[in-house]
Amino acid sequence: MKIWSSLLAVVALVLIAWLGTGVAGLYTVFGVGIPYLAFLIFALGFIYRILKWGRSPVPFCIPTTCGQEKSLPWIKHNKIENPSGTAGVVGRMILEILFFRSLFRNLKTEKRGDKLGFGSAKWLWLGGLAFHWSMLIILLRHLRFFLDPVPSLVRGLDGLDSFLQIGLPILYITDIIIVAALLYLLARRLFVPQVRYISLASDYFPLFLLLGIVTSGILMRYFLRVDVVSVKELALGLVTLRPTVPTDIGSIFFIHVFLVSSLFAYFPWSKLMHAGGIFLSPTRNMANNSRRVRHINPWNYPVDVHSYAEYEAEFKEKMKKAGVPVETE
Amino acid sequence: MIYGGKKIFAGLFIFVVLLISPFLANIGKADAQPNPSLNTPAINALATKQCVGSQQFMRTYHMQLLNQWRDQALRHGEYTYVNSQGQKFTISLENTCLKCHSNEQQFCNTCHTYVGVTPYCWECHQKGATQ
Repeated sequence: MKIWSSLLAVVALVLIAWLGTGVAGLYTVFGVGIPYLAFLIFALGFIYRILKWGRSPVPFCIPTTCGQEKSLPWIKHNKIENPSGTAGVVGRMILEILFFRSLFRNLKTEKRGDKLGFGSAKWLWLGGLAFHWSMLIILLRHLRFFLDPVPSLVRGLDGLDSFLQIGLPILYITDIIIVAALLYLLARRLFVPQVRYISLASDYFPLFLLLGIVTSGILMRYFLRVDVVSVKELALGLVTLRPTVPTDIGSIFFIHVFLVSSLFAYFPWSKLMHAGGIFLSPTRNMANNSRRVRHINPWNYPVDVHSYAEYEAEFKEKMKKAGVPVETE
Repeated sequence: MIYGGKKIFAGLFIFVVLLISPFLANIGKADAQPNPSLNTPAINALATKQCVGSQQFMRTYHMQLLNQWRDQALRHGEYTYVNSQGQKFTISLENTCLKCHSNEQQFCNTCHTYVGVTPYCWECHQKGATQ
């Protein structure tokens, strides 16, 4: 049910874009209006979510560590696994964001006969890394539609990605990798019983949506071709705020753009916000310095205390009459 | 109340700048749409100015046609192409395509540069080698 409803939602999005442009001819709506709207929702939603997280206090110093804390000079300190200051935190964060370091430590627990076995499980790490890096490269490659002249960095990246020179238009290596990675991530949810049990519609929908985007993009580049010059005219019109409305681009382009717009609009309200959330994870962005620096809980309520000295001052006479020993005499 | 406000606002500033960088990079730039030139002696001498396919087809699919031509000529030894109108053409980049479109700078390169495409024709073909 969760799977089919997610798939149906993506199919519905495709149909909306196809009917909207191929049949109803609403090119301005799907080529200009919806992309601008999705961009605004993405930008404002992202900022809103970050500010909302920023308003949450961090009551405790809770970095997760798996290395030796900084202590005596003759005990070797693990600077990355147990950062003692900002430099260590930044280093650990960079490795986490670029290489998913904590996922690399992923373990699988299995019962073999009477024994419990723990083994390294790297496939999720590899699949995740392959998907995210391909996504980044594809995103940067798309800058060739939004910048004129095309920067040499983007051209260089394009050249590297099409290095194999297979077919024309030349096959991009990342196109293959991202499809393989997404299918792996989907298959993992579908076929590993434990993962399937905890998977929700909000896990399947982004996967299907990304697969839809990738598929429409690949179809458009290699099979149902569209005129790339018109596409760039539209894209440049959007970023120069002088939008032009082309009518000679095929529906496959508008399907691609509508799916991307849906992703942008959906992003801030979904689990995809881990892109911003990773920076605000207390277990990752704090230094393990609780033995040197006192962590003040910003939630601490100002408690009215009544110290013993005040107590004794108040009840001294009564205490003396009752024979209770007093300190101030 | 925003905790760690300085860091959060610095992060959001970087995010917004990255997000709108394509808009910023295009400020004050005129639309320079490519205008491939058909002004060559060979094209001017033609009675009907018609390529091997329609303009829309050529704009969209020329790279796939060229790839198909390469495979037909070099791998299968077929040197004749029949288009949708039934007209026959000799399969040759230099003697068919470039005979008319002899102005690479004003024709091929205008769009290729505009969309950031680097064709690798000249890794095998020699410029100006028309026979």
